[in-house]
Amino acid sequence: MKGACKANLPALLFLFALLLLWQAGAMGMDAAYILPSPIQILQKLWELRGPLFTVHLPATMAVTAIGLAISLVLGLALAVAMDGSALVRRMLYPLVVVSQTIPTTAIAPLFVLWFGYGIWSKVLVTVLITFFPITITVYDGLRSAKTEMAELLRTYGATRREIFLKIKVPCALPYFFSAVKMAVPMSVIGAAIGEWLGAKSGLGYFSRRMMTQLDGAGVFAPIVLLSVVAMAAVGAVALLERRFVRWRGES
Amino acid sequence: MDAGAVSALELEGVSYQYPGEAFDIVDNLSLRVEKGSFHCIVGASGCGKSTIFRLINGLLPLKAGAIRIGGVPAGTGKGACGYMPQKDLLFPWRTVWENVALPLEIQGGCSKRERRERAQAALEDAGLPGCGDKMPQELSGGMRQRAAFARTMLTGSDLLLLDEPFSALDFLTRISMQEWLLSQWQRHQKTILFITHDVEEALFLSSSVLAVESTPIRALREIPVPAAFPRDRSCLKDPELVELKERLIAHLRKQVTP
Repeated sequence: MKGACKANLPALLFLFALLLLWQAGAMGMDAAYILPSPIQILQKLWELRGPLFTVHLPATMAVTAIGLAISLVLGLALAVAMDGSALVRRMLYPLVVVSQTIPTTAIAPLFVLWFGYGIWSKVLVTVLITFFPITITVYDGLRSAKTEMAELLRTYGATRREIFLKIKVPCALPYFFSAVKMAVPMSVIGAAIGEWLGAKSGLGYFSRRMMTQLDGAGVFAPIVLLSVVAMAAVGAVALLERRFVRWRGES
Repeated sequence: MDAGAVSALELEGVSYQYPGEAFDIVDNLSLRVEKGSFHCIVGASGCGKSTIFRLINGLLPLKAGAIRIGGVPAGTGKGACGYMPQKDLLFPWRTVWENVALPLEIQGGCSKRERRERAQAALEDAGLPGCGDKMPQELSGGMRQRAAFARTMLTGSDLLLLDEPFSALDFLTRISMQEWLLSQWQRHQKTILFITHDVEEALFLSSSVLAVESTPIRALREIPVPAAFPRDRSCLKDPELVELKERLIAHLRKQVTP
């Protein structure tokens, strides 16, 4: 922990300097509706702690969690299917890539029309944004398993299932954690975009409402909260990773 | 060769053709290997030596012919031959003993504790006592090969197929590994087929050398090595062996087109 602090010290100092610069600039400009100062944002966060923490944060977290869970199941299933069969790979891989060329933000209003202002239109945006990195990264992880290792197990009489469990899964595990670390912040962004475009609650929705009231600090406060939550979630995944992955890359 | 007893390995008219190639790289090859012998297969790189191994261990399907291991048709029993490839292929996410116990894990019927005990015993036997709980990355090249050999021993097979296991090691490690392998062979009474392109290694290790005559492989020429076991490296200076070595090198060089 001490080592981590030391390693991040330059970054923290630089961040602090940037915040000071921002604070000075915002104070000089004195137009909080366009550029609120960091201190004003923190004050706003404290003022609005009631609705932010009890209503909007849980709403966004629900979207993020459900979206991420669906993405994980979908991504893992697609990756395993594509790894298992060449036909499936040729069928799905191009489609998965094409799905990423869809400008999700632009068509998200359609999702609101289809699924309403409830949670599912937001979940769909989240899933569309996050299932791609999970699918591709886990697929790459499964492919990274060496054929020689599989052949060795085959000479011992191993079945396809045993080869999958004993070689493919351990090989893909570090990739899986990288994928989740990428997907967590993206799912938060996806949820916020979805809420921004049409919702009844959530941090994205709250931020937008503040925008219409020209409350600059109110726009920023939920965004700060979002990034803190995303960072904490990535940190939690990194801890899990350290617990489960004893090995990364070729020695 | 002893015709009456069951051979450790028998190839009968074996052929194999790689998809996309016009000829059979192994063409009607017959071979008998008696129990407890140590043969080295020598040949230029790319001549198809490894293909023979991959046919015996069932990684490649035969085009024609039959292979019997200990009198039983190959591919019927689980882990009928102990195959050790050139790379040690220790899984970096498993401890050394978990790697060594892999054949037992695949064959099943062993509790985890039993597997651990047998793996530790095999490691000790291979000269790696107390290394079981290390990760493979912590071992040196020679130690990794010993661990890979211990893993091969736990297949329980009497026939070991070693495919250039020492070729990636430095010279000094390689010669001590060769001596170590001979002592292992004498202790365990296994039948060993050993692929190498190093003629000196082949002469030092084997009771007779099986030379690849040509590609496609139609026959392996058996050349007995006139030296008694147990051996030490001084036997390589024997005039008879020096002469044999020169003859083999000259023979193999004919197949190499630089």
